[in-house]
Amino acid sequence: MQRRTLDALTRAKANQQPVALVTDIGNGSQALLDREGRSLTGDLEVPGALIPAVEAAIAADRSGLDDNSGLFIQVFNPPLRLIVVGAVHIAQALIPMARVMGYEVAVVDPRRSWANAARFPGVTLTHAWPDEALDVLAPDHRTAVVALTHDPKLDDPALVRALASNAFYIGALGSTRTHGKRQIRLQESGVDSQSFGRIDGPIGLAIGAKSPAEIALSILAKMTQVRHGAPPLVKAA
Amino acid sequence: MSESGNRDLLDLAKAWRDEGREVALATVVATWGSSPRPVGSQLLMDSAGNLEGSVSGGCIEGAVAMEARAVMGGGAPKLLTYGVTDEAAWTVGLACGGEVKVFVEAVE
Repeated sequence: MQRRTLDALTRAKANQQPVALVTDIGNGSQALLDREGRSLTGDLEVPGALIPAVEAAIAADRSGLDDNSGLFIQVFNPPLRLIVVGAVHIAQALIPMARVMGYEVAVVDPRRSWANAARFPGVTLTHAWPDEALDVLAPDHRTAVVALTHDPKLDDPALVRALASNAFYIGALGSTRTHGKRQIRLQESGVDSQSFGRIDGPIGLAIGAKSPAEIALSILAKMTQVRHGAPPLVKAA
Repeated sequence: MSESGNRDLLDLAKAWRDEGREVALATVVATWGSSPRPVGSQLLMDSAGNLEGSVSGGCIEGAVAMEARAVMGGGAPKLLTYGVTDEAAWTVGLACGGEVKVFVEAVE
């Protein structure tokens, strides 16, 4: 790898810019492309026919050999994002675990007694109301949103905004009964049952989680399952 | 799929080069069967034998690092293929029964 290619790659990382590195695995020549297929640097002339494959690879977050050209396309996307609504005890466990899994985390909670640097050192905290905060954070298909406040005033507007986005996972803390009441409230806000069905509630994979850390584990397990499109776990007969 | 961890590995590659180390980067470019690490996984190596990242569950990293010595410092890149371990023949391979193709290049 040429030094200028390495420099451009690390620059793209710092700028949170999605890029793809195309490599001729026969001779090692390479080109770094942006998400529109424009060449940023490198000593490889990328065939125009490869550009759609590069764009698709970046969009799908999937690296691999191109069948036609034999060139290797490696995707370097910014980290996945997790938006946590509610600076609660579970969030304190969830954030470090999510970071280990490669998520960049943002916490939304207008209650400063909950969302403060003493409770969440080094975490990006947003004190705006959740709907406004989500408008700014703009969740996309590589973002998960979890509502953990137990307070409909805060959770509901966040969920309505999340449902209007392509977030790959939307979860809400609360029992089946709480989730049922939530459905009635959100219906009144114009959320139909199909849309409501996108919300994972009760949140997480059913592993009998009790402590905040266990609930965090169950949430991350479910997020992982959804992200990889894995079939639900079934009990052996 | 890509991994955010790879990006940190590239920062490390830069830091190692800036220290004057000879560095090679290995990348999984294809997998068949139950290989332990997905396409795009990377292993960073220097001439002193330091390793970061992985291209398998630990089965082939040593062998890749040996091959990488010839690549560091500007040697031609290599494309390596590893299949199932044949313990009787003492060959390096994947105990899981998968097969991986690994591209090894120098970091200039």
